[in-house]
Amino acid sequence: MSEKLLQVEQLQTDFTKDKRKIRILHGVNFHINKGEVIGLVGESGCGKSLTSLSIMGLFKGTSGEITGGNIRFNGQDLTSLNVNEMRKMRGKQIAMIFQEPMTSLNPVMKIGEQLMEPIRIHLNLNKKQAKEHAVSMLKKVGIARSDEVINEYPHQLSGGMRQRVMIAMAMSCNPNLLIADEPTTALDVTIQAQILELMKQLQQQENMSILLITHDLGIVAEMCDRVVVMYAGRVVEEADVFDLFEKPKHPYTQGLIGSVPKIGDKRDKLDSIKGNVPDPSDMPIGCKFAPRCTQVMPICLEKEPTSMMLENERLCSCWLYDHERGETHV
Amino acid sequence: MSNKLLKVTGIRKSFDIPSGVFGRKKTLKAVNDVSFEIMEGQTFSLVGESGCGKSSTGRLVSRLLTPSDGEIWIDGEEISQKKESQLKKMRQKVQMIFQDPYASLNPRMKVRDIIAEPLLIHTKLSKLEQQRLVSEILKVVGLNESHADRYAHEFSGGQRQRIGIARALIMKPRLIIADEPVSALDVSIQSQILNLLKDLQSEYNITYLFISHDLSVVEHISDYIGVMYLGTIVESGPKDAIFSDPQHPYTKALLSSVPVPDPTFRKERIILKGDLPSPMNPPTGCPFHTRCPVSMEVCKTIEPKVTQVALDNHFVSCHLMSS
Repeated sequence: MSEKLLQVEQLQTDFTKDKRKIRILHGVNFHINKGEVIGLVGESGCGKSLTSLSIMGLFKGTSGEITGGNIRFNGQDLTSLNVNEMRKMRGKQIAMIFQEPMTSLNPVMKIGEQLMEPIRIHLNLNKKQAKEHAVSMLKKVGIARSDEVINEYPHQLSGGMRQRVMIAMAMSCNPNLLIADEPTTALDVTIQAQILELMKQLQQQENMSILLITHDLGIVAEMCDRVVVMYAGRVVEEADVFDLFEKPKHPYTQGLIGSVPKIGDKRDKLDSIKGNVPDPSDMPIGCKFAPRCTQVMPICLEKEPTSMMLENERLCSCWLYDHERGETHV
Repeated sequence: MSNKLLKVTGIRKSFDIPSGVFGRKKTLKAVNDVSFEIMEGQTFSLVGESGCGKSSTGRLVSRLLTPSDGEIWIDGEEISQKKESQLKKMRQKVQMIFQDPYASLNPRMKVRDIIAEPLLIHTKLSKLEQQRLVSEILKVVGLNESHADRYAHEFSGGQRQRIGIARALIMKPRLIIADEPVSALDVSIQSQILNLLKDLQSEYNITYLFISHDLSVVEHISDYIGVMYLGTIVESGPKDAIFSDPQHPYTKALLSSVPVPDPTFRKERIILKGDLPSPMNPPTGCPFHTRCPVSMEVCKTIEPKVTQVALDNHFVSCHLMSS
């Protein structure tokens, strides 16, 4: 039985707008085992990035706050940690890479200085040792001129190189969990292929866990062991990657997979999901997907489905599978 | 047999980039000897990575940019060097759809006025007549009349892109240049828009010049494809030939880089080394030789010529083909 590294339970996150509280995450549940790559997928506004920011406690300067649930990392509840304790956690045990390699590096600091910052803080190394470590990290992520690159500024590097630097920085303190929020979305496909290959390689070497946040189902199929599908601030389906693509259960997942054009696909028409994602301040009652669902039933418009455990340890929140529900089945 | 609606031969465009007060001016060759043609009612896609010149080519064809060299024939008329005043007639036939549905609609104008603006410029229709056309076109793109009196910010990305399409459609254009029309949209919305574009094509016999970096989208919508790299088309041909029998090493690498949404599918991936060279300082010889996995000595010095592959209309610029 694999060990749980991160467990997110009933996570609720609210934002305040015009003195009104708006709930964005409504009880998000999932876990990550050690050495596992989990994909968190969904469309813009579904709360996938906010889930990662909640785990990292990165709400400074916003009205966001966690109002319920807990996040257990190695048995410790992250929501109960104070600022200092959290600071020791971030960068050391949980590291994060962001979508925009252009804006997530400091433009007026040399690459080397930026890389050495977490190393000196978390690993207690002196300047010389930290520099050696930084150079070796850059080598690890495949930057050939690493001795020169540490003395350069971010604008001197290409997008792919910057994302490599971000990965080197995130990996420099040997984290147990890497959160990658759309790490290749801003990159060209040939560079994306390089970066994904690198992440896969490093993940296997270090037996690290990765939470990969993406909207690209192709990347999910290629990288992940298990997939969590989010819609409107809720987890609607969770399954092993093979099960999910072979037989998606939730109508939203079905629609999502059907709407992706695939190379070699001879369909003349793509499936599409009608309508748009609902506004968080104006959610429908009942199932949040019901207004766009092709298999909607009367109960969907009245009551919100809860997560049901189906065969192969897969979870799905949909009334269609109410009769398959294991324990409550009479 | 349908006729050629667009024929582009040998167009070039370079931009002067100033470098410092005393620095010598540098030239960026954005588009370098690009030729292609599109039959009426078909879709030709330009695909490539950022900076390969695909958007500049689109802007040259729509004459938002003026080419430094080469010819552009639209519907039997050469327009590459025409003055703005002479272009008005051509602009009725050629419309554009832009990538960013947030930036390409005026936030201070009602949707009704955004869509009617081309009519204001090109026709002398009465206000009433204009509004009738607007309501008609809104239905065609899947919106309804009540949307006409709202402002662009009240709409989602997909709906805004529909407004952009309505604005392009209202002049009943022959050619639509769509520059990354779905790349800012979520997948479920993306497929709605792609389906809409296909429906419009079969209904009104519109010709598309489709510009995208996304190979799976391009495969879905195109009849013909041109693969661009550093300002040149390195391979072009019918969709099936490009996808099932790619010849150029860059096309092969590009195709193998696309992640496939199927976990049971494992493929041999060609990972290119290094980054795209700067177009300000392009490599000599074949532009791709610095990253090419099968580069030869000749590639470093001599630019490869366009060669036809066995199949009709399938062209490749690579020394492997000519030798």
